[in-house]
Amino acid sequence: MPPMSGKTLYDKIWDAHVVAQQDGEAILYIDLHLIHEVTTPQAFAGLRAAGRPVRRPDRTLAVADHNVPTEGQALGVGAVADEEARLQLQTLERNVRDNGIEFFPMGDIRNGIVHVVGPEQGRTQPGMTIVCGDSHTSTHGAFGALAQGIGTSEVEHVLATQTLRQKKSKNLRVTVNGTPGPGVGAKDFALAIVGAIGTAGGTGSVIEYAGEAIRGLSMEGRMTLCNLAIEAGARAGLVAPDQTTYDYMMGRPASPKGAAWEMALAHWKTFFSDDDAVFDREVVLDAADIAPTVTWGTSPEDVVAVTGNVPSPESFATPDKKISAERALDYMGLTAGQPITEARVDVVFIGSCTNSRIEDLRSAAAVAQHAFLNGRLVAPHVRAMVVPGSGLVKEQAEEEGLDAIFKAAGFDWREPGCSMCLGMNPDRLAPGERCASTSNRNFEGRQGRGGRTHLMSPAMAAAAAIAGHIVDVREMMA
Amino acid sequence: MKAFTKLDARMAPLTMANIDTDQIIPKQFLKTVEREGLGKGLFYDFRFDEQGVEKTEFVLNRPEYKGVGVLVAGDNFGCGSSREHAPWALLDFGISCVISTSFADIFYNNCFQNGLLPVVLKPEEVQALMEEAKGGNHVVTVDLEAQTVVSPSGAAFSFQIDPQRKAKMLQGLDAIGETLTAAMDIDVYESKRALSEPWLERA
Ligand code: SF4
Repeated sequence: MPPMSGKTLYDKIWDAHVVAQQDGEAILYIDLHLIHEVTTPQAFAGLRAAGRPVRRPDRTLAVADHNVPTEGQALGVGAVADEEARLQLQTLERNVRDNGIEFFPMGDIRNGIVHVVGPEQGRTQPGMTIVCGDSHTSTHGAFGALAQGIGTSEVEHVLATQTLRQKKSKNLRVTVNGTPGPGVGAKDFALAIVGAIGTAGGTGSVIEYAGEAIRGLSMEGRMTLCNLAIEAGARAGLVAPDQTTYDYMMGRPASPKGAAWEMALAHWKTFFSDDDAVFDREVVLDAADIAPTVTWGTSPEDVVAVTGNVPSPESFATPDKKISAERALDYMGLTAGQPITEARVDVVFIGSCTNSRIEDLRSAAAVAQHAFLNGRLVAPHVRAMVVPGSGLVKEQAEEEGLDAIFKAAGFDWREPGCSMCLGMNPDRLAPGERCASTSNRNFEGRQGRGGRTHLMSPAMAAAAAIAGHIVDVREMMA
Repeated sequence: MKAFTKLDARMAPLTMANIDTDQIIPKQFLKTVEREGLGKGLFYDFRFDEQGVEKTEFVLNRPEYKGVGVLVAGDNFGCGSSREHAPWALLDFGISCVISTSFADIFYNNCFQNGLLPVVLKPEEVQALMEEAKGGNHVVTVDLEAQTVVSPSGAAFSFQIDPQRKAKMLQGLDAIGETLTAAMDIDVYESKRALSEPWLERA
């Protein structure tokens, strides 16, 4: 027998949740199931047709986020103009009521993007298994929880059984050493990592993020990082919990209190990778090498430092990549070799489950304020919007006066939701429009048919709004 | 999911090959938030013209095929988008078995999740069934246990099926049903966790 090696964080969470094995698949227990209006109607219909109850309504939390409008939410669901969205929202309301599931409806201050709400409420906890019918569920991995996106038939399976049938993934560790330079943060790490390992680099794996630079990130930064694990092809992303995690969790509505807190803390502290744990693959980066990063193409791996140039299709190794680069340049309306800062933007979107939390809004507002004090506003040809991740984020931002800064500088301050991340609500790009966006996907048509998306950090997006083109935020703040 | 054991039903011939899921259930019917009722959209563009008037010559609209339970179709049935609405629509219409020479992969898998039996037969066998289906008597017997299709004239054809899939189909076990056979394990697991992590139990 080979010598026993230690366990990774993923191994530990996995082992703690395997209920049984069937036909070569594990039946994995799910601690928290987050649901929203778009991927659940047919799952509930399936349960009804089969006469099956929801097994653990208490382990389920519902929000309305994907297709809610970002203005006029107080008017209620009946006033939602889009017929399909309204029907989905009404169906969710009925389903949660019929099944006794906790629900934060549109307009409730606790409502917001599902991946903002879970952590904010303290429902997301270390060592948990979490699922949601949305691919960016990986966000919750920031707490050392195994969090995965699932499809509608799996949503139904989890509602009925509180388990998921699954085969185990591989272990991949991405270590970021050192300390980042000024103006460089979690979003730049995340994009640089996708750029380094590719959109298929994490396929079949769960990524654990480690290293000094990761430890130095706040919880919100870690959420941004894990949010993009899925864009590297991984099934989930993880950061081991530490004091930063516990400080964040303390006092949240669903966080354990008193003696239960001590008990929970002792449990959470068991979730880390052993020193002798073996990873199937390791990738190491240095934070000092990472600049503010933006995407130039139509895949999140198409990244370039803001100081760099649009690459030439000739620079790609394989014929396939050359062709897709040519196609991407054509779609994006860019020329090989031009500085990326020449890309003139029409729209700026600050929001999404990647970057709509209070720290994101503070960093964007700092740029807006600096510009405003120097007599500069959002460039006249730019439509810039800020969409907070939840009602509570919005409230806090307003208490801090961030909304006033944004508005004074010419940004539109909106109500919470997924908004232009996926263009299911009325916030979307027109064909050919170019957008500096803090979201997570720059696929063709993601933010509206024919729309051109450049992913970047909130500070970089705010800077682009002021300059009217992609710009190095470090220069603007100098 | 309903179990499939043995079916005696009318069979309708659909000679076209490569019928895709958009033909089975066109996209304007996907906006529903339900699974039931999709039968009205089944093969919509074959059954109705632009004005929504029934095309009387289409096989499923002909009186002799009313109440059809089995479809015998051309090659590569169910190709195209992965929409699970396709098996839902067929079942809602009353069709619980499709016979063809071949099926698209995702559609084939989706069938087993929903209690629709896809039967693969040899081209000459499918051809023979098509011919009989066009005749006056077209009641066919599909026996999953015995893995046979018996034509109206009494010709018997046997078919292959994965034994695990067959067993689940006979019992009406979809993935959820299968997992629920381990319901005891889930109960035990939950009670252990309730003791070791009591803070997660919300009254
Ligand atoms: S913001 Fe975008 S990625 Fe995040 S949950 Fe909403 S739609 Fe999904």
